[in-house]
Amino acid sequence: MAETTPNRDDNSDGMSYLDTVRSRLVTVYLPLFLIIVVLIFPFYWMTITAVKPKEHLLDLDTHSPFFTLTPTFEHIRALLFETEYPLWLWNTMFISVTATVLALIASVFAAYAIVRVRFKGGQLVGGLIFLAYLVPPSILFIPLSTVIFNYGLFDTPFALILTYPTILIPFSTWLLMGYFKTIPYELEECALIDGATRWQILVKIILPLAVPGLISAGIFCLTLCWNEFIYALTFINSQDKKTVPVAIVTAFTDGDQYKWGSLMAGALVGSLPLVILYSFFVEYYVSAMTGAVKE
Amino acid sequence: MSDAIPAGKTAFTAYAPTRWEMMTTNRNFLGFWFMLPAAAFLILFLVYPLGLGVWLSFTDTKIGTPGSFVGLENYEWIIGDSKFQTAVFNTLFYTFVASVIKFAVGLYLALLLNNNLPFKAFIRAIILIPFIVPTVLSAIAFWWIFDPQFSVISWSLRKFGWISGNIDFLGDPWNARFSVIFANVWRGVPFIAITLLAGLQTVSPSLYEAATLDGANKWQLFRFVTYPILTPIIAVVMTFSVLFTFTDFQLIKVLTNGGPAGSTELMATMSYNTAILGGRIGEGAAISTAMIPFLLAAIMISWFGLQKRKWQQGSDND
Repeated sequence: MAETTPNRDDNSDGMSYLDTVRSRLVTVYLPLFLIIVVLIFPFYWMTITAVKPKEHLLDLDTHSPFFTLTPTFEHIRALLFETEYPLWLWNTMFISVTATVLALIASVFAAYAIVRVRFKGGQLVGGLIFLAYLVPPSILFIPLSTVIFNYGLFDTPFALILTYPTILIPFSTWLLMGYFKTIPYELEECALIDGATRWQILVKIILPLAVPGLISAGIFCLTLCWNEFIYALTFINSQDKKTVPVAIVTAFTDGDQYKWGSLMAGALVGSLPLVILYSFFVEYYVSAMTGAVKE
Repeated sequence: MSDAIPAGKTAFTAYAPTRWEMMTTNRNFLGFWFMLPAAAFLILFLVYPLGLGVWLSFTDTKIGTPGSFVGLENYEWIIGDSKFQTAVFNTLFYTFVASVIKFAVGLYLALLLNNNLPFKAFIRAIILIPFIVPTVLSAIAFWWIFDPQFSVISWSLRKFGWISGNIDFLGDPWNARFSVIFANVWRGVPFIAITLLAGLQTVSPSLYEAATLDGANKWQLFRFVTYPILTPIIAVVMTFSVLFTFTDFQLIKVLTNGGPAGSTELMATMSYNTAILGGRIGEGAAISTAMIPFLLAAIMISWFGLQKRKWQQGSDND
């Protein structure tokens, strides 16, 4: 929410000129550094384990465990060419993107209707959608599994494509409502007078202006889908239809004591697409996170 | 509710709109059409299953066999089950401890980030990484970090000479509880820190200057300036945090699968084991339905916290 932070953009230091460099070192930089190290370490550990040679994995004493001088892509190669990993990655992407698109379409209509069509009971519907946000998947998966089974969707990608939007729609509707509210009424009134229909207003005026909101919601939805575990674990049975998080837990956790290399490689390759995507859209992502909370 | 455009039109030409025009221009019809896709998803896959779950908890449904109504039998059974009692205790303990630590560390980190720092945007991006990496995949990394034999933490502590043997992180009941709490805190802190930071940035520096002139010390600055302004955001953030910690499933499933001997079993994992792995859908549904009162209580507490604050500030927006 960049527009709500005007107070710090005047290049004033507030009262921070009162602090000396040495006191800032102890009260700010040191704790910050420690926290960042702890937050980053598991990710670093994942990466370093994924590129370590097999014999270094379980031998912490002859080679320092914190880095490796002989990185190998053996684990990643084995992962990509000897397992069904590319298929799982494709499943994850396909399901995430489809569910995100479906959820965004539904949310755009819903948010526009609540904010601008102002139909009878609109406020109530908005409140109900927020309540839907508070229903966690953990209490839904048991009855949903019987529903999925009865609809004949069990063990198909549609089981996930159709259920993920229920997690995404409440969040993205709420976020988009915030964006639509910032678009001036006058634009719509002009268009109405010029004879535009509601549909034309939505597609030609509102949507182009709400692109940042759509990107924010899209990125956030995509990470939520990618991250989803309990539905994917419950509704999908065949190995070749699983998503990365579920497949990796069920496929590599056999008795092999060198499993760690392939597990870490799998975790790393499964996270990288999201991290790369995220690195391009940090601002949008942050605004999605904070926007949904502020409303 | 003023239909300005269609009303003006009818006054001019005095013609009754056809049914089709009604359906495409009337506010309420339009609202209905626009809400239809979202409503369809939410009713079919959220509202209906929610009701069905409550119904299933009163039946003896098993996988493959439709059950019949058995009243409160499932609830009577799970309440008397010591495993369920342990799961409730574990869930409350896990939620309470993890939420308190997450809030404390998250707020502290937000306050640190609110200083004038070099590379602030970069630091913020780095801090969010635990939140981006899918939970299951970071849980796998933690599983390796908490390995009984090859844990890098045990190794480092041994090198420093602080411990003699390896720590059995996930094999001992209390070690396991605190290990999963640590992993949960690790994942939750970035979200809390970044959202609270967004709230902190709306606090005007002049308030701090004024308070300092009045002789406030650092703690008073926080207690009487920062905290009151931040309360609404804290309430919302902590509601979400408590909600998702209480219903956590992924971390436990991957790290301990409820072990050792049920000491990290949460209500969510127990309902999965009972309903999906054990096939006793009725009992599993009763366990997950039993989570609803706890969730409602959590939501109510933070909601009323929020209301009070609004009233004190004398405003009803934001």
